[in-house]
Amino acid sequence: MNDRDERAQDLRMYFTGFAAAIVLTALSFATAILQPFGPMGIFASLAVLAAVQVVVHFRFFLHIDFSRQKREDLQLILFTGLIIAIMVAGTVWVLGNLMARMM
Amino acid sequence: MTTSTANANSHPGLNLGPAHGQAHKDAETVVFGFWIFLMSDLVTFAMFFATYAASIHATAGGPGNADIVDVTSIGLQTGALLISSLLFGIATVAMKHGSSPRSTILWLLASLAFGLCFLGLEVRDFIDAAEKGAVPMRSGYLSAYWALVGLHGLHVTVGSLMILVVCVQIAIFGFADDVKTRVLRLGLYWHFLDIIWIGIFSVVFLPGLLT
Repeated sequence: MNDRDERAQDLRMYFTGFAAAIVLTALSFATAILQPFGPMGIFASLAVLAAVQVVVHFRFFLHIDFSRQKREDLQLILFTGLIIAIMVAGTVWVLGNLMARMM
Repeated sequence: MTTSTANANSHPGLNLGPAHGQAHKDAETVVFGFWIFLMSDLVTFAMFFATYAASIHATAGGPGNADIVDVTSIGLQTGALLISSLLFGIATVAMKHGSSPRSTILWLLASLAFGLCFLGLEVRDFIDAAEKGAVPMRSGYLSAYWALVGLHGLHVTVGSLMILVVCVQIAIFGFADDVKTRVLRLGLYWHFLDIIWIGIFSVVFLPGLLT
């Protein structure tokens, strides 16, 4: 592959990510503005759209994938994800419970 | 066969490729170190998100989530940040494939311009909120709101300054090895701020629109 092809491929990566991010963002905003579902449906679809968009950003802008060379970094990200899940879920659970008991 | 191993990616983010010699070799370690910083930063942001989520009802009778949201402004901010990220990506691709330092600097300055648009809109939103009495000392909820959105704004401000510094460094030193790896790391930082912003508009701003 010559340099010209590689340049086109690198650029295509960014533009693909950009297009996907625009579509997902538009869907998020449309869901919140038009409110086609009930509150729970809206929260769920916002969460799913955000999660998909985060993955799109990691894949196309930060170039994280499952190739062998990048596995250490993938493990770092997944471990951070685990730590965050424990701390955020724990904080929200404990403080939410505390608040409910004080009402 | 040699080309396939030479083209193998050695670190996450845009790889410069073996044609860049020492800068390509250096990038592997410094970029991994930078990822550790990014992930610790992500934990910090996660705790700010958790504080926000835990204090969403603690408005003490003051302005709440729905009173702060200006959806047009948030949409424009999201667009500005995304375009800025794309332009930074184009700048790094230009650097990788042998464009002149001048054209890389121009792409970086275009990226900076959209970053500054984002900051301008955000500051305007903060001023509007303050005029409605939604200041950080009003309630626990508003403290958490200003801390979370403000922390992201602070990151964008620091990133904007770094883009300027990197542009000056490219202008003075050209594409020295250190300068090239700095552009790569700043690119990761800049794309990473987009990811945080996805969390902010999905958790803070869009739920405020629910009627």
